[in-house]
Amino acid sequence: MARKERKARKPRKQAPGLGRTLLTPEGISLSIAIASRGARFGALLLDLLFIGLLITVLSVGLLFMAGGAASIERTLSSGTTSGYALQFLMVVWLIVLFLFRNAYFLFFELGPRGATPGKRINGLRIAARDGGRLTPEMVIARNLLRDIELFLPIVFVASAGTESGLAWLAATAWFLIFMLFPLFNRDGLRAGDVIAGSWVVQAPRPKLAKALSVEAPATTDSTTTVSEGPKYRFGEEELAVYGEYELQALERVLRDTRAKAIEPVYHTISEKIGRNDGWGDERAFLEAYYTQLRARLEAGLRMGVRKADKNTEETR
Amino acid sequence: MSGSVQDNAQAASALGAIESAALRSDRFRLEREADWQRLEAIVRKMEKGRLRKVSDEDLLALPGLYRTAASGLSVARETSLDAATVAYLETLVQRAWFVVYGPRTSLAGWLRSFFAGGWSAAVRAIGADVAACFAILVAAVAAGWLLVANDPEWYFALVSREMAGPRVPGATPEMLRTTLFDNADQNGLSVFAAQLFSNNAQVSILAFALGFAFGIPSVLLLVQNLALLGAMLWLYSGAGLTLDFAGWIAVHGTTEIFAILLSAAAGLHIGRTLAFPGARPLLSAAAAAGQRAAVVMVGVVLMLVIAALLEGFARQLVDTTLGRFSIGGFMLVMWCAYFFAFPGTRRWREERAGEGGTR
Repeated sequence: MARKERKARKPRKQAPGLGRTLLTPEGISLSIAIASRGARFGALLLDLLFIGLLITVLSVGLLFMAGGAASIERTLSSGTTSGYALQFLMVVWLIVLFLFRNAYFLFFELGPRGATPGKRINGLRIAARDGGRLTPEMVIARNLLRDIELFLPIVFVASAGTESGLAWLAATAWFLIFMLFPLFNRDGLRAGDVIAGSWVVQAPRPKLAKALSVEAPATTDSTTTVSEGPKYRFGEEELAVYGEYELQALERVLRDTRAKAIEPVYHTISEKIGRNDGWGDERAFLEAYYTQLRARLEAGLRMGVRKADKNTEETR
Repeated sequence: MSGSVQDNAQAASALGAIESAALRSDRFRLEREADWQRLEAIVRKMEKGRLRKVSDEDLLALPGLYRTAASGLSVARETSLDAATVAYLETLVQRAWFVVYGPRTSLAGWLRSFFAGGWSAAVRAIGADVAACFAILVAAVAAGWLLVANDPEWYFALVSREMAGPRVPGATPEMLRTTLFDNADQNGLSVFAAQLFSNNAQVSILAFALGFAFGIPSVLLLVQNLALLGAMLWLYSGAGLTLDFAGWIAVHGTTEIFAILLSAAAGLHIGRTLAFPGARPLLSAAAAAGQRAAVVMVGVVLMLVIAALLEGFARQLVDTTLGRFSIGGFMLVMWCAYFFAFPGTRRWREERAGEGGTR
């Protein structure tokens, strides 16, 4: 189903093969992009690094406290109170280790961002595969399975490393089966995602949001030039040479603040349509051309006429 | 009045049909821009987890703004060739969707509904698997007993030597007796309990996770653990300590073995669904089974905390078989009543019925 819809839409340039269409419960189709395997691997490494750091810091901290308790014991040699203090620290340490191993991912993925710090840095988050709500059950299920996918085989590989070649081989095979699991399905699901009904998608970057405020003046500019009465008017046949693809290329050039590309683009267009009266005033010329080309193409859109690019005929 | 309309019409016609049309998609955008930016501001705050900074007014407006932006997106896709606006709207609607359809409850709220009925309902939902695992459990204990009764050498195949300690075939009843009683003065009970918990929790998570391989390893893990119990039971019964050993196990065993049973059942449930998904597509069947089993597993971890406390403290401090049996029996009755006789609080049932209706 997703594949058919994907063909209908234009594939995303920045991420070929990762685009998906999701139908929300209100029936709105959302285009999202699956996280690339590389980004996910990077996120995992980052998270493991964070967990390692947290455990090290905590262990060192507790060791300091334990060392203090031991020296008190030596000086007081009463035994009982410092013994209890040490016991308490041991308990804290054991529970903290368990929590870091199991609750780190749970805690962050249940938050409003749906992502661990590693995922966030790499611009990823988890979502429900069916377009519905991401439930705590999903997050719990996908993270419980992480244990056999990751931690257990690592422990096995580490412990079997020196003893026996065969056990090491088996542990490595186990590790690889789960590590490579995402490579063998289209959506990059790991075993935990299969069980939970979740998937990892690219979270839209907050960076993109800024674009609007930057662009707003550009749009008002183009509208004001139009309402003032355009300096440059283009005829039907002058506008008919280009299609949507060229329009969007021109949009990118105009939005780019570094104006280097303006001049060559101006030359290309003026040559193509055979007029050169915008010489020395290239930006205004191109803005006028952009606005009128877009107006023409959008008017066509409303009539159901599309022109994809300069090489194709208008299609109904 | 009519004159101004005429003026406007004239002005518009003076600009030409193309120019006035050119305004359309941009006008569409300018009219809605304020709403989009308001939505973005709300979404940004909620993404940062600052729910308290979002005013009630904004929170109420959120679903409406989300739908407006979404319909704006579908209009823009069809009528606007402004690539930047469409791209902006795509990401905005996606972010808003993540917020609107994010986890609805906090962790605390989820835990409340978990205790109020979600847990016992999940256990009942995998009832068939629990029954199957219980049969396997009984069979495993019997098998462990019979194996060792026929050939005591089997004992060391089931119980490793370091774990067995003094509990080996041929040990005198007095020696075995000391392993069961008089440990109250033992130091470091709390460390022992924490270790037990961490260890048991890892075993149960393993039993659950191994369900991914069609549930077979989950069952094997159950068999291995319970065959060990059967073997030790044989050892103690040979010394005439059957009842005392049963009491020693029962203190925490009714909770702990129940928990391990549930985790194996959860694993089996997933494995069974993967092997026989039924009429639904494999992936959605697996997801439903996995979520059900995950609820059971949260409960299992909690049961193991209780079991570790019982094993670490109660067993060492209560030194009589009768006392141990009453604690273990009480826990067993309590668990059974909670899982199989508790339909959930009325509020929880109403909430669930409401959810089922809207879905």
